[in-house]
Amino acid sequence: MNTTTPLLVQVHHLKKYFPIHSGLIIQRHVGAVKAVDDVSFDIYEGETLGLVGETGCGKTTVGRTMLRLYEPTSGQILFEGRDITTLRESDLRRTRARMQMIFQDPYASLNPRMTVGSIISAPLDVHGIEKGKQKRDRVQELLRMVGLNPDFVNRYPHEFSGGQRQRIGIARALAVSPSLIVCDEPISSLDVSIQAQVVNLMEELQTQLGLTYLFIAHDLSMVRHISNRMAVMYLGKIVELADRDEIYTHSLHPYTQALMSAVPVPDPDIAKARRRVILEGDIPSPANPPVGCNFNTRCPIAKDICFKDEPEYREIRPKHWVACHFADQFLKPVS
Amino acid sequence: METLLQIKNLKTRFHTEDGTVHAVNGIFYDLKAGEVLGVVGESGCGKSVHALSIMRLIPCPPGDIEAGEVWFAGRDLLKLSESGMRQVRGRDIAMVFQDPMTSLNPVYTVGFQIVEALTLHMQMDTAQARQRAAELLTMVGIPGAKQRLDNYPHQFSGGMRQRAMIAMALSCEPKLLIADEPTTALDVTIQAQIVELVKRLQEELGMAVMWITHDLGVVAELAQTINVMYAGFIIERGDVHDIYKRTRHPYTLGLLGSLPRLDEAPGTKLVSIPGLPPDLIALPKGCPFAARCIYRIDRCIEENPPLMPADGLDHQVACWRWEEIAGRTSS
Repeated sequence: MNTTTPLLVQVHHLKKYFPIHSGLIIQRHVGAVKAVDDVSFDIYEGETLGLVGETGCGKTTVGRTMLRLYEPTSGQILFEGRDITTLRESDLRRTRARMQMIFQDPYASLNPRMTVGSIISAPLDVHGIEKGKQKRDRVQELLRMVGLNPDFVNRYPHEFSGGQRQRIGIARALAVSPSLIVCDEPISSLDVSIQAQVVNLMEELQTQLGLTYLFIAHDLSMVRHISNRMAVMYLGKIVELADRDEIYTHSLHPYTQALMSAVPVPDPDIAKARRRVILEGDIPSPANPPVGCNFNTRCPIAKDICFKDEPEYREIRPKHWVACHFADQFLKPVS
Repeated sequence: METLLQIKNLKTRFHTEDGTVHAVNGIFYDLKAGEVLGVVGESGCGKSVHALSIMRLIPCPPGDIEAGEVWFAGRDLLKLSESGMRQVRGRDIAMVFQDPMTSLNPVYTVGFQIVEALTLHMQMDTAQARQRAAELLTMVGIPGAKQRLDNYPHQFSGGMRQRAMIAMALSCEPKLLIADEPTTALDVTIQAQIVELVKRLQEELGMAVMWITHDLGVVAELAQTINVMYAGFIIERGDVHDIYKRTRHPYTLGLLGSLPRLDEAPGTKLVSIPGLPPDLIALPKGCPFAARCIYRIDRCIEENPPLMPADGLDHQVACWRWEEIAGRTSS
């Protein structure tokens, strides 16, 4: 993406805390799970921003809060220049037609009692976009777009395989012609050969319709494949954000480096030759994150300062953001 | 190396209301002592069912090991009595399951569950067994093992539970460890820890490992031999280099092509395999992959190719046109 591409989404200092209550009858507020803790990023029009991280790092919460499916604790979300965190319900509904979501589990995200036709046309009804014959035509067109037989409109979700169901989920998201689609682990529950089918479809639709994706996943190689830029999250924070190739060749955060080296490579020669960074231990609880840098419990290069001061999330070189006290030591001259 | 496990014509069926599911359809292979075998395939290809059949853990009914022989250390496991089989399970062949959240019993301490296996199979008394259990937990990298013995599974994280499962599986020094998707439920950094752990323990203890997975990446660094399964058949088998570098079966080629790689060039398109795997209730007469195969000829629809030697004797493939594919893909 070059600098003239307009920004579609700007997220500034977004926080989402979930309260923890204690007590059976009188509920006392005893703390908070800091699911998303001061996250800032932009999404350019027509790009795919990948968001990776491990279980519980807050990547799904970022996606949901961005659509205001969760109320943000604080921070700003500008969508097409307008702050949606302060929108009233009716205005928000109108905006939501421009931003849709594809969910992880194609088995749970389709109502088993609704036909495919009514599932896909539900967003059209909600937003009052098309009616009657036009609506039926639109549903058939959507089915064709996602590679399903348009005659399937009267079938029920259980008659379809996982990959086909995910195509139905994509058709539903496309129904209202959104500009942004938040894809929350859309392929994680599918088999490898089916994953490739769905990813190829998503790429084709993006070129065809000029869609913008926020692609959330834990599968680093798939995120790198589909994204233009990638953000890596750890324990509620973005630790690094850069171009897909930049982050692969010049990752500056020790967590990104470890994550990258943990990804299995389907090539026995490379797999045996490479040196891996194996992280010790588990991810700390987001209800009680470590003081200082939140990666300090597992970081192979942590020094005293990491246990005292939280590293600043800074643009270390153009378009490469990182939050690490020692990022400079990995910085190589740009070739 | 001597042969540890020999599987001959194993067939497992499930009799359901909708018809008979042909889960495993006559597979043959040998596993040497100390060998690491990767069994790769997608959901429903029979990779787990074949392992459960070896352990005789198929619920019967509806399951039914219809035919076959499973030779292990001079005995056919399928002909053993139930009590004889109980001596083998856990003692000679141990298994680690996919889901570390559900494969430990939540109402017993982790220590109790490891001690149980040791007193049962290794004739230890409780004090000895506790001592050994603590050593095992230390070996799999759980800090403060002695205190951890008295923890319940919910006090362990996912990665630690899988380590505890591995400790339990290794407690009786089995000759064969069957790991059924042991890292699928875990995050990549934790997966890397577990893979590294099993690699180290395998080298130290010299046991054979069967690693069942859908991830061609994980077994690339772990396994010496790979079985690729599809619709209950082994469709390609060979040395890890044969499978990844001299791939001969169109399905294996498709699987490798549909994996994105971290080191790929920008703009690379994934090769997807069109269509879906066949219905195991109504398997086609010919090659089970024919309907999705770009190399399909009439013979593929008529006749199911057996596993035949390709290139060398150790590389086997079930495809009528492997030679042409070899010609097109060899580098």
